[in-house]
Amino acid sequence: MAKKTEILVIGTNEKIRETVLRLLNTNSMWQAMGVGTVEEAVAKCMETTYEVLLIGAGLTDELETLLITEIKAIQPSIHIIPHYGGGSGLLFAEIYLALGINNEA
Amino acid sequence: MCHAVNLLYLKISIMAQTVLHTAASRGGADHGWLKSYHTFSFSSYFNPERIQFGALRVLNDDSVDGGMGFGEHPHDNMEIISLPLEGALQHKDSMGNIATIEPGEIQAMSAGTGIYHTEYNKDKSKPVKFLQIWVFPNKRNVDPRYDQKKIDLPEQPNQLVQILSPDQDDAGIWIHQDAWFNLGKLEENTAVDYSIHKKGNGAYIFVLEGKVTVNGQALDSRDGYGIWDTENFTIQANTNAEFLIMDVPMEF
Repeated sequence: MAKKTEILVIGTNEKIRETVLRLLNTNSMWQAMGVGTVEEAVAKCMETTYEVLLIGAGLTDELETLLITEIKAIQPSIHIIPHYGGGSGLLFAEIYLALGINNEA
Repeated sequence: MCHAVNLLYLKISIMAQTVLHTAASRGGADHGWLKSYHTFSFSSYFNPERIQFGALRVLNDDSVDGGMGFGEHPHDNMEIISLPLEGALQHKDSMGNIATIEPGEIQAMSAGTGIYHTEYNKDKSKPVKFLQIWVFPNKRNVDPRYDQKKIDLPEQPNQLVQILSPDQDDAGIWIHQDAWFNLGKLEENTAVDYSIHKKGNGAYIFVLEGKVTVNGQALDSRDGYGIWDTENFTIQANTNAEFLIMDVPMEF
């Protein structure tokens, strides 16, 4: 059985984060987890190797910078991308582009 | 020789760059009650060659059946503009806004830190047709906001009317991006010149109706044409025509 792509989602709006997680997990090859703080993201990355960190809404610029620095120090090869739109509109394209997938249509 | 080569480079460097997206080349989604054409990758339509035009990320040409619509769904960090073409669209959001927009009006939402809303066709029997346009914001996590404005159509034909800008005090609605939108309605065999508003911006022309020529490129209804690395261009109407010009940063 092929290994699922691990995706970590961070965002302070729990309702939107849950929506994004639900949408990502409709893809049977993806496994998405969500956190609300930088500290939680760091803790998750100490436990699991993620391929993508999706930065949702709600973190300050300073916290986003801190998050990127800390996560890159733990997992240098992780793809860290900002999420825009808050739902299914851009979500899948963001992940495909991060993973270098070119023909999911 | 060297002088001629330099001139050649100069000519190339000032030549406009363009991209054509014909109506038929757009992605499509038919959900029964919703028919949507996507100029750029959206939802389950993914084409890595069609991601965005600068800060313009979504251009959806939607038709929603009578009485139907989008149930509650979230948005964040996006400037979302709706431009009704036919019918009436009812909007209700988590900030307490309840509104109806019709042709001749424009709606903008800055989703910022997060917003929930619903969008329904107000009419039970006729479809509502509208463009939904998403522009990347120039700042993440702004306070969510909603705005709706009537478009002041020009008294004279063959003029452009500005419907969106980054400036609260300028004509039309405003968004968090250095973007300017203009609607044009030209009579056959007339033309209008357009100047790009800001260095580094490009313009995406979407033909709503009729046939036009831009920079030598013939365009039909619902074709899209992006042009950048230029300061101005001319739109020539080959029939009576209506179009939308979206002037957006190419890098942001």
